[in-house]
Amino acid sequence: MSTTTPVRTAKEGPEETPPHGSEEHGRVSGGLFDPAQLLKSLPDAFRKLDPRVMVKSPVMFVVLIGSVVTTGLALKDPGSWFGWAITVWLWLTVLFANLAEAVAEGRGKAQADTLRKAKTDTVARRLTEDGRGEESVPGTELRVGDLVVCEAGDIIPGDGDVVEGVASVDESAITGESAPVIRESGGDRSAVTGGTKVLSDRIVIKITTKPGETFIDRMINLVEGAARQKTPNEIALNILLASLTIVFLLAVVTLQPFAIYAGAEQTMIVLAALLVCLIPTTIGALLSAIGIAGMDRLVQRNVLAMSGRAVEAAGDVSTLLLDKTGTITYGNRQASEFVPVKGVTAAEVADAAQLSSLADETPEGRSIVVLATGKYGLDERHQSELVGAEWVPFTAQTRMSGVDVDGRKVRKGATGSVIAWVEERGGTVADDARALTDQISQAGGTPLLVAREDEKGARVLGVIHLKDVVKEGMRERFEELRRMGIKTVMITGDNPLTAKAIAEEAGVDDFLAEATPEDKMALIKREQAGGKLVAMTGDGTNDAPALAQADVGVAMNTGTSAAKEAGNMVDLDSDPTKLIEIVEIGKQLLITRGALTTFSIANDVAKYFAIIPAMFAVAYPGLDKLNIMNLASPESAILSAVIFNALIIVALVPLALKGVRYRPMSADSMLRRNLLIYGLGGLISPFIGIKIIDLLISLIPGIG
Amino acid sequence: MSPVLSGVLQLTALVAALALVYRPLGDHMARVYSSEKHLRVEKWIYRSIGADPDAEMRWPAYLRGILAFSVAGVLFLYLLQRIQGVLPESLSLGFTAISPDQAFNTAASFVANTNWQSYSGEQAMGHAVQTLGLAVQNFVSAAVGMAVAVALVRGFARSRTGDLGNFWADLVRGTVRILLPISVIGALVLVACGAIQNFAGIHEIGQLTGGTQQVNGGAVASQEVIKELGTNGGGYFNANSAHPFENPNAFTNLFEIFLILVIPFALTRTFGKLVGNVKQGYAILATMGLIWLGFTALMMWTEFAHHGPALQAAGGAMEGKEQRFGIGGTAIFATSTTLTSTGAVDGFHSSLTGLGGGITLLGMMLGEIAPGGVGSGLYGMLVMAVIAVFIAGLMVGRTPEYLGKKIGTREIKLAACYILVTPTLVLGFTALSMALATPPDSILNSAENSVNGSGAHGFSEVLYAFTSGANNNGSAFGGLNANTQWYNTTIGLAMLLGRFVPMVFVLALAGSLAEQKPVPETAGTLRTEKPLFAGLLVGAILIITGLTYFPALALGPMAEGLS
Repeated sequence: MSTTTPVRTAKEGPEETPPHGSEEHGRVSGGLFDPAQLLKSLPDAFRKLDPRVMVKSPVMFVVLIGSVVTTGLALKDPGSWFGWAITVWLWLTVLFANLAEAVAEGRGKAQADTLRKAKTDTVARRLTEDGRGEESVPGTELRVGDLVVCEAGDIIPGDGDVVEGVASVDESAITGESAPVIRESGGDRSAVTGGTKVLSDRIVIKITTKPGETFIDRMINLVEGAARQKTPNEIALNILLASLTIVFLLAVVTLQPFAIYAGAEQTMIVLAALLVCLIPTTIGALLSAIGIAGMDRLVQRNVLAMSGRAVEAAGDVSTLLLDKTGTITYGNRQASEFVPVKGVTAAEVADAAQLSSLADETPEGRSIVVLATGKYGLDERHQSELVGAEWVPFTAQTRMSGVDVDGRKVRKGATGSVIAWVEERGGTVADDARALTDQISQAGGTPLLVAREDEKGARVLGVIHLKDVVKEGMRERFEELRRMGIKTVMITGDNPLTAKAIAEEAGVDDFLAEATPEDKMALIKREQAGGKLVAMTGDGTNDAPALAQADVGVAMNTGTSAAKEAGNMVDLDSDPTKLIEIVEIGKQLLITRGALTTFSIANDVAKYFAIIPAMFAVAYPGLDKLNIMNLASPESAILSAVIFNALIIVALVPLALKGVRYRPMSADSMLRRNLLIYGLGGLISPFIGIKIIDLLISLIPGIG
Repeated sequence: MSPVLSGVLQLTALVAALALVYRPLGDHMARVYSSEKHLRVEKWIYRSIGADPDAEMRWPAYLRGILAFSVAGVLFLYLLQRIQGVLPESLSLGFTAISPDQAFNTAASFVANTNWQSYSGEQAMGHAVQTLGLAVQNFVSAAVGMAVAVALVRGFARSRTGDLGNFWADLVRGTVRILLPISVIGALVLVACGAIQNFAGIHEIGQLTGGTQQVNGGAVASQEVIKELGTNGGGYFNANSAHPFENPNAFTNLFEIFLILVIPFALTRTFGKLVGNVKQGYAILATMGLIWLGFTALMMWTEFAHHGPALQAAGGAMEGKEQRFGIGGTAIFATSTTLTSTGAVDGFHSSLTGLGGGITLLGMMLGEIAPGGVGSGLYGMLVMAVIAVFIAGLMVGRTPEYLGKKIGTREIKLAACYILVTPTLVLGFTALSMALATPPDSILNSAENSVNGSGAHGFSEVLYAFTSGANNNGSAFGGLNANTQWYNTTIGLAMLLGRFVPMVFVLALAGSLAEQKPVPETAGTLRTEKPLFAGLLVGAILIITGLTYFPALALGPMAEGLS
């Protein structure tokens, strides 16, 4: 009856914890920002000043050129404190941008180092061609198709599938999970990863990847950001930022002739300062850090995305295909009710059910005992308390369990088996027993009969209602998803009746019963034809085509290598519920970009109000009315704007790395909230920030 | 009645009239552009130009149609002006050929729906040029604008196809079924109210003080109506709509403003109808309306509240305004003409208060999208909406989409190119004009300005000229003598590039959108028909374009208005 393996049962713990708490047991400690990282990444930030690197971000490249120009001008006129101050802060602006990226990458590097430790050179025990002998070869010389032997204590030399034997494997090097997992030949649990350690038994592994392209190699590349490519939305945003940069470049370059006509020619230093303040440096500086951090957040949740594109697509997903077992339900049926036949009390049924299930070690049996003591308030009983009892354990053949004690015999089990048992003893099966079992079946549950033979003869007492128990909080979760505009489809091998009952209870929008891999594939294609993006999880080889077809395919790490190859993400925890989190991370990534872009553009208003009067109030005194911040002097006004512009980058690094707070809600309320915080906030905060910086500058003797 | 109250009442009446025709006209235009049938006169036109009105065009073909048609228009208009000297006097009124640079400027101006005039209508253009050349372009250049807008709307409405409709059908239908009928009714109204309509020659009349004055006749009312309706703006007379033959009284003034605004506003309904969701049209309408109302209110405020004893005694800044329209009527006209691509004027924009002049400038700088030129207003606004959707869409955690179409790399690239064109032209040409030796001499009292440092207004004149040209407005800060080779050529280029380069990007965008498959709307989709989005769009427009021009505006109208 039990469909779950010990490995899966062991996993139930983490699955039940709320998804947002999952950082705590992740391999990488929390997503929090540590200021010390800034200092550590400083050398990298300097290294990134290389123009060939800088040119990738058009916005920051313009700032770099501005810094070089002002440096030259400051050198020409070394007596001017203003020129030097602007120069220093422009360089700091560039440096802060590089720092943001370096910090984001730095976190990846630390993870990569941990992984590299697992990748120490191993010696493989390769089976010779004839399959009899063994030869020792370095792990790096293995080829696809080679067969290698691993025994307890061996490090698995490369990615592959188990073709012979069963072993427990310590995969903590990759997953961070210390509990060993079972890997066996055949089926969906055959994939092993190079760098993991065999703890017991002996297995023969067929190597499926070339050295250097193994899973662990790819992981290192991914977390280091070496394989990072710009995602479509990131490219589009870069184009928009580049065009805004051109617009402002134009506005500043053309300003000089206007200023000369007005009799207020400006120095190049002031124009460079104005330009840097206007172009969207905030988002330009943080853009790549946001992308890296987004991938990083997935890694912290033990999910490996094979491309940034997949992370972004996760935010766009509008249909989620969720496997019933393990995702929506606990994966095994549990007793939910004792229904007596006529003339019997529920308490009697509960008592008999409890007694008969003490010898049943299956999860279903245990759940009956738990229900009897919990909901029905019976005393806890143990097998040892009943002296002289003869226990009948549950077996797949008898499909019954029970006990003979004090002249009474109680049994519980599958309907057919129990009826046969009662009739064998000349007992009667109550008329309504059949009606009750049918009722339960129709509701999607599984009925078990409880029977007793005592002085009154053998008879059926009642029915135990076993049902698939939906995990707590799933209904609310799906409600949230619906508010986010995401449709959930439950995939199950159950018959339509059972599937419908569970779908209703869990609150999913749709279900696919008696699902075959072909059905899944067809469903995905149908959704995609309607313009929807589909996400799914899978682990079996037969899931591979669907995983490849889905826009976001999350393969379980326990799954076959075919599945892992087909999906564009791998969940190292093999927790199908995580799909929902992946979607949230995808959304958070996009929101962070949008929010900081809005903030960056809104900032410009205040900078104009600081710089324009400073530049032109001498020529046109009326323009001093624009100096609404009442800044001390033209120099301090311009310098304050530049300083604010640089400091805001550092101030926003933590936000860029953590991502803006995301709660599932409708697009409308999300937009309202983010506009208020980042739009209005972006409009107002620089007025305050520039004023404060100006106050501080004006306190410096000889300047204010 | 106080002048302020009169202004407010005029505004109210105008809004009511626009509201009344919004739905019927918008629905009519939607039918025009989606109907399968051809009128007999249209079939005759298609046969004569050899076009198949039912052949679907992809965006390059559509663009080729527009460019071919417009190049032909420029050449024809140029030639007509150049041969004016040899035409019989009944057609030329005795005027000679127009100089090459001015003829180029005028041809570019009318084909680009700008109607910038570096000439004085009554002293340069005879009946032939006015009616065969200028009036015809008044119709067709407007119809071209509407065609591009409809093509873009089709891009949103259609899926999995690159087809955007047929340019020739859209051009002919826009002219025959929309512009012509309204023009006929409008011309009758204007004539009934006192505008002139004849083919008379030049009358010489004695003046009160003893001198003589020449007064032209002409087919004024018919040209006046399409001048406003097609957001063209090129006046029959130099004084434009301030001239009593063009705009006799306060009612015709209001009626002409109505004509300016009616199609651009109603096109939002057409848009909503064609994309199958009228609420989307209302959101665009709200965005346009909000900006237009805000600008008008600001303009009224600055013109009424202007300080100084003489102005206070007059109840506001009356210099350069017509007594019969008053400050209210002039203020509404001034914002309406600069927030559309019209450029007709019923007062002297150069005489507006410093800030008032700034409002007209900013109105054009926004790209003339509130409500904008016929067609060009809608497509300009939709491009801004694409940009706003991109930023806002990211903020709801999805790849941005507008009307079921994803705003991806290609779409953003085209929209970004679109918004780069006019600032480049405006700021580039203005900077060149200020930096070169002679162009600044065209500024009124330029020598004095540069001596006493009060050059703000003079700078505004040049800035205004290129802003008006590149945005296809056509109005001017009249102090500038723009009839020089430099200005005729550069403004001519600004007008052509400012009109047709953005069209390339709009049509490419339309093509790219039409090829996409639609994304179904979910609760996670950004709702672009909500007030929140309209507000966001207003903010995006004001901030993105406002920031581009802030330094220039500071040195011109702000320096003048804040002193």
